[in-house]
Amino acid sequence: MDKRAKILEIIESVSKKKIRPGPDESLFDSGMLDSFALPDMVTGLEEAFGIRIPDADLNPRKFDSVQRIEQYLESRL
Amino acid sequence: MSYLAGFGAALPERVVTNEELAGQIGKTAEWIRNMSGIEERRWAGPETSVADLAVAAGQDCLRRAAAPTSEIRLLLVASGSGERRFPGPASEVAARMGLGETPALDVPIASAGSLFAMVLANDLAPKWGPALVIGAEIMSRVVASGPVEPGVAMLFGDGAGACLVHPEHGKAKLIGSKLASDGTFCGDLKLEADAGLTMNGRTVILQAARKIPRVIRQVLATAGVRAGDVEVYLMHQANQNLMDRVADALNVDRGRFFSNIVRYGNTSAASMLIAAAQWELAEGFRPGGMVCLAGFGAGFHWGAALAEGV
Repeated sequence: MDKRAKILEIIESVSKKKIRPGPDESLFDSGMLDSFALPDMVTGLEEAFGIRIPDADLNPRKFDSVQRIEQYLESRL
Repeated sequence: MSYLAGFGAALPERVVTNEELAGQIGKTAEWIRNMSGIEERRWAGPETSVADLAVAAGQDCLRRAAAPTSEIRLLLVASGSGERRFPGPASEVAARMGLGETPALDVPIASAGSLFAMVLANDLAPKWGPALVIGAEIMSRVVASGPVEPGVAMLFGDGAGACLVHPEHGKAKLIGSKLASDGTFCGDLKLEADAGLTMNGRTVILQAARKIPRVIRQVLATAGVRAGDVEVYLMHQANQNLMDRVADALNVDRGRFFSNIVRYGNTSAASMLIAAAQWELAEGFRPGGMVCLAGFGAGFHWGAALAEGV
């Protein structure tokens, strides 16, 4: 499974809804995810991509859209 | 190591329901309930000060602990909502409680302030003597003082909690603690002198959901206690959804986290001790029973402490 597909799977899993966000669509401002889904999504990304995201990187803006998540992961992988 | 000798609390009489607040913030009562777990909160009247609530909670604590005022050698008052830039409420509280020239220290840390003060008192009490710790807030006035986002305005209530930390005896012994601070995100939850309260809720939740379970695990591991062996968690009553996530992260039943947020909302630095005071009345310490206290808030400051019933 490619990176984007994995990310979309995690987003759908934590939102508990069938959603398909556009690459640069805000996951939070659009209402697809609420604030409390954010920690779950970050944990899901850590598990799926085998990384540990340090607290200093836990800035919601880094995880606001599929594209931004991809950019962050590229900086870490 | 010192002892927790008792708790106390004071809450304003006026109940503000979600229905009353909803119109003011442009949301529904149900939305407030779903986002926070809160159904109502208490608001102090215009004649009530932070010191008024603090004195009432301190007196309730000493009465419940059967401790004379003359025994107190140190006072710590945590508050982020004092009416003055300086002095903070501590010296006024000391004077009004009849503590004479007892040193009175302000701990101007919102939310986690009472945990910080309690842990400091644990270390200071063996040298100074019995320490009275109070967390007191009038957050409704903070919210009313400037434009505040609906998701922030809905959260807060007023009140005060207290605990007596005694160097020689009490109902539970403090057997472990850890405090931490990280200013990386200090701008994400702040009350500036001439501006309203602002909070980046996503940052706060993301950071809190990671840091609180981690610090609890660290304190428990140092004491050799498993999360599931803790009888009750007395945590800063920030938001029910956050408390549930912390419980899930620790893999303990959500019911282990004592909660009164449905009735009192988030009373910032007062909330952990108000929760402790109510839990003590309802259940209380039993010999060998482990109780974990935890807090997180603006700064960010966070931490946890572990007490064992004696």
